Amino acid sequence: MSAPTTGRTSGTDGAREPILSVRGLKKHFPIKGGGLIKRTVGAVRAVDGLDLDLHPGEVLGLVGESGCGKSTTGRAILNLQPATEGSVRFQGREIVGLGRKQMRPLRRDIQIVFQDPYASLNPRLPVFDIVAEPLIVHGLTRDEQHLRARVRELVELVGLNPEHTNRYPAEFSGGQRQRIGIARALALEPKVLVLDEPVSALDVSIQAGVINLLEDLKDRLGLSYLFIAHDLSVVRHISDRIAVMYLGRIIEVAERDELFERPAHPYTQALLSAIPLPDPRRERARQRIIISGDVPSPANPPSGCRFRTRCQKFAHQLDDTQRQRCIDVEPELEDRGVGHLNACHYAEAARVL
Amino acid sequence: MSTSGTPGSGASATGATSVEVLSSGGNTAHRPSDFDPAAPLLSVTDLNVRFPTEDGLVHAVRGVDYTLRPGEVLGIVGESGSGKSVTSLAVMGLLPESARVTGSVRYRGHELLDQRDREMSRIRGRGISMIFQDPMTSLDPVYRVGDQIEETLRIHDKDLSSRAARARAVELLELVGIPQAGARVRSYPHEFSGGMRQRVVIAIAMANQPDVIIADEPTTALDVTVQAQILEVLQTALQETGSAMVLITHDLGIVAGMADRVLVMYAGRPVEVGGVEDIYYEPRMPYTLGLLGSLPRLDSTTRERLTPIAGSPPSLVNMPPGCPFAPRCPLHIAECDAAEPPLLDVGLDHTAACIRTEQVERAHGRAAAVFDTASTDLVLGGSPLPADAAAAPVEGEDDGRPGPPAAAAPDAFRGETGTVTTPRGDRP
Repeated sequence: MSAPTTGRTSGTDGAREPILSVRGLKKHFPIKGGGLIKRTVGAVRAVDGLDLDLHPGEVLGLVGESGCGKSTTGRAILNLQPATEGSVRFQGREIVGLGRKQMRPLRRDIQIVFQDPYASLNPRLPVFDIVAEPLIVHGLTRDEQHLRARVRELVELVGLNPEHTNRYPAEFSGGQRQRIGIARALALEPKVLVLDEPVSALDVSIQAGVINLLEDLKDRLGLSYLFIAHDLSVVRHISDRIAVMYLGRIIEVAERDELFERPAHPYTQALLSAIPLPDPRRERARQRIIISGDVPSPANPPSGCRFRTRCQKFAHQLDDTQRQRCIDVEPELEDRGVGHLNACHYAEAARVL
Repeated sequence: MSTSGTPGSGASATGATSVEVLSSGGNTAHRPSDFDPAAPLLSVTDLNVRFPTEDGLVHAVRGVDYTLRPGEVLGIVGESGSGKSVTSLAVMGLLPESARVTGSVRYRGHELLDQRDREMSRIRGRGISMIFQDPMTSLDPVYRVGDQIEETLRIHDKDLSSRAARARAVELLELVGIPQAGARVRSYPHEFSGGMRQRVVIAIAMANQPDVIIADEPTTALDVTVQAQILEVLQTALQETGSAMVLITHDLGIVAGMADRVLVMYAGRPVEVGGVEDIYYEPRMPYTLGLLGSLPRLDSTTRERLTPIAGSPPSLVNMPPGCPFAPRCPLHIAECDAAEPPLLDVGLDHTAACIRTEQVERAHGRAAAVFDTASTDLVLGGSPLPADAAAAPVEGEDDGRPGPPAAAAPDAFRGETGTVTTPRGDRP
């Protein structure tokens, strides 16, 4: 499985070199069992063979439900949790297997913003110290005055009042804290930002401001985002290209409008169909695809196609020989004539919105 | 956990058979006789809830009025801290004893606020039942789910035999789409997934065919595909029981699909009430308009800029007079600070607490006509990172940016206590 697969997630910029390229990424967490002597009795296959490319200046949305492995993917890409298997290349340079020291220069280029702005900021540090810390750690400050100017600049950049940098995180609202987290991530002038559910802890009126900020920062600083989220409305708004994850694997990748207007994988169709629209007439006129059951345990994923246990197509439309193929053969991520990559033997584009 | 489940929704498949079972329970004979059948199902008048805290009295609910009609779904929307959950807990008499509740809550003309807990217990579950957000904590982990449903049934119907109660529990579980209900009735809550647990909670809520079901963020803890299942089960529950529902949520999509009328709350008060289409297509309160404009749209091919609402909601301790939304409102004028506007009629069965509804009307639901999408450009107006040569500075976006407030030395803030003024609160 570690061999390069067909999963080159080519977009419109197929000719350009991806800034970040992931191949066959796996992250398994061992399950310990037994009594006094802990033995490994299995593994949670949180990420189980994942390919993706992020191009310069692009926003790639990575979506899926809880437990599908999207956050683990983000952390494995940053080497915060070392990958079990596979390859992550940043500008051609392999990251998997690097030690802490070797990672450090690369950390300037890839940064992360975490979901919960209440947990990701040290409550005992004033904002100035939080934003200055990466600069100090990486030895990027010439003197005190330069450091002050730089922190002020960063805090202004994310739309906060630079007069407030001697306050503590507790004094800021959720949206403001998330802006502080973004300022910290930007301190080292990264090229790639992994945004792990950056707005899902915020109320919508506040969330909109942070989304607008992220869009502006991307344009101004020429950043590339890996935008991890479960909210497809947000993802559609901000992404250029979207990858849908289910149980540790990507099951469909497409340009933004292509994915929303012509989803081909039954899971993507069900996911899009499940989201209520804030528009009474359209919402009431919709036909909803309701899939049964819950996501299976990633410790013991179904054979063949991982989605088959919940798949509406498998349950209602396929005959027995077709079903047998779903049970026996795991579908690869490839273009099956719908114009974008998907991992369903019987993929068919359909309109669900 | 079995995922083979019922294809589609098991609830609708088994729904038809369960009608007889439920209605054969003979519920109506046990309704308290002192309820006036002609009175509104639920009417809340000038409800106020205050919590004493170290910082002072937190006025969490500040005068809520609504009337729930039979068979109606009333959606209550608002952001966190707007008082929507506290309102419902007050209706159910479930607030802690320290809470000071005033006003009136009438169920079929019968005042609930002065009831003792024992009397309320006769109404809870039978007249009004509740579905809570988190099915992990609203079920008792040490009892089988069947026992928990049977308890609800037998507590309101002392004549019901254990065998009949068990049969009803199985029927209810089938109705909410639990596969192999006959076997699963003996399971403990931890043996169910989150979605399945919420189905059990719904089964308990509908067990006695209540007149009113209050659902407080019933799907917030669930994934979106499971949420779709649960919303369908809720629809089934409403059809089967004929109950009216108060649906509390922050998700404007769910309300758009489920509610007949919508009540928008801000800072502990309703700020706009109306039919679901009026609220979504012709909002009259700037807050409602801003809330809708700040939502990214799943069904939009154009990438319109979102309109955030600047600042954050006010603290509910020692609120100043005037409209609580005024500090964040783009239509704010001096008069707004004089007194808090009451809910004024702006159309048929449509009220809004704003003195500038005519200005909002002109926007016809387009938030960008009123709200400033540039407000984040404004905060981005600073110079780009100097070391980042690749970044092209975007000029001309910093129109109207107020300079940093006359810079006191940063140290001037040290040791200051109290609420933080949001940076964008500095807007003129």
